[in-house]
Amino acid sequence: MPTTDQTLDEILNLAAAHFKVSREKLTPDGDFFKMLGIDSLQALDLLTRLEQHFRIELPDYELQGVSDFRTLAQRIQSRL
Amino acid sequence: MTDNFIAGHKGRSLSWQIVNGAVELTLHREPCNEIGSLMLEELEGFAKALPELANEAHALVLHSAQPAGFCAGADLRELYERSRELGKSEAVRGVRDFLERIHRVMNTIDALPITTIAAVHGVTFGGGFELALVCDIIVADRMARFCFPELRLGLIPGFGGIPRLKRDLGNAVVRDLLLTGRSFNVMKAQQIGLVSQIAAEGEALRIARATASQIGKFDRATTAAAKKFVKPIPYEELKQEIDIFCDLYSQPAVEEGLRKFVENETLQPYLP
Repeated sequence: MPTTDQTLDEILNLAAAHFKVSREKLTPDGDFFKMLGIDSLQALDLLTRLEQHFRIELPDYELQGVSDFRTLAQRIQSRL
Repeated sequence: MTDNFIAGHKGRSLSWQIVNGAVELTLHREPCNEIGSLMLEELEGFAKALPELANEAHALVLHSAQPAGFCAGADLRELYERSRELGKSEAVRGVRDFLERIHRVMNTIDALPITTIAAVHGVTFGGGFELALVCDIIVADRMARFCFPELRLGLIPGFGGIPRLKRDLGNAVVRDLLLTGRSFNVMKAQQIGLVSQIAAEGEALRIARATASQIGKFDRATTAAAKKFVKPIPYEELKQEIDIFCDLYSQPAVEEGLRKFVENETLQPYLP
């Protein structure tokens, strides 16, 4: 099983590639809505891609109030 | 092969035409095909034209031209504004009238003797999910998400969603989707038996058309008899759903829930 840091790294790579943002501009603790320039619909798109990538189901209520990659990685890690 | 188009109709929120023997209903209201009074009126026009269209076609394909998704459900902004403009009892009467009208449209599509296919992508929430559920077959883009978020507003789904979901799925699954209000992806949707086929991104309509083409090989009367046998319409439960919805709609929690949604200026209105 990957570590939380490895999971975080995969999330950052996936988000950077899909939303065409430089990987270097994404920080684990920054606001991903702002860094990626996305709205709630695009956040659902990201959630779907993450579920498919990690082969998990992550109910959207687990994302309530979550706006940084590190917490997102922890939520995903708990379902791997 | 060149597509064979015959005369159709182009409205402000939706359009229809017959393509290669299948009726295609395209939803195209920005931002994501919210069902308000305009969409309802045009859906009623479509339902009125359906008997004649169905005589000339072997299948119906529903899809969306909006990038955000198939349909985000009821127009909550319109619902909120109407509820503020009108007194409570008049607002409830208006909602009941809206629900009875949309139920007539949904029941007409549900009871069609030809095979119906929903080609969905992106947001397929609330009333949009309910519209997909009237169809015989759901083909879903791999990025589609489904959700019944109504409990977040102090409501239940009102366009026939619960009776139709109960018709198709086990009650435990229905409770999970309804009582948590969570959205779920196509893998889950196929696993629970809701989605028939998963399409690559942007390919749902093509696959729905291919499926419609296959259906065109079968005898119409046989298809109609088979469909009538396997797909009963739960009319009594549908009526109960309207009553429960209207009872809940008269409660103060709903106006507060709608206000929160409409006045939400954060980036997360589609997240719980």
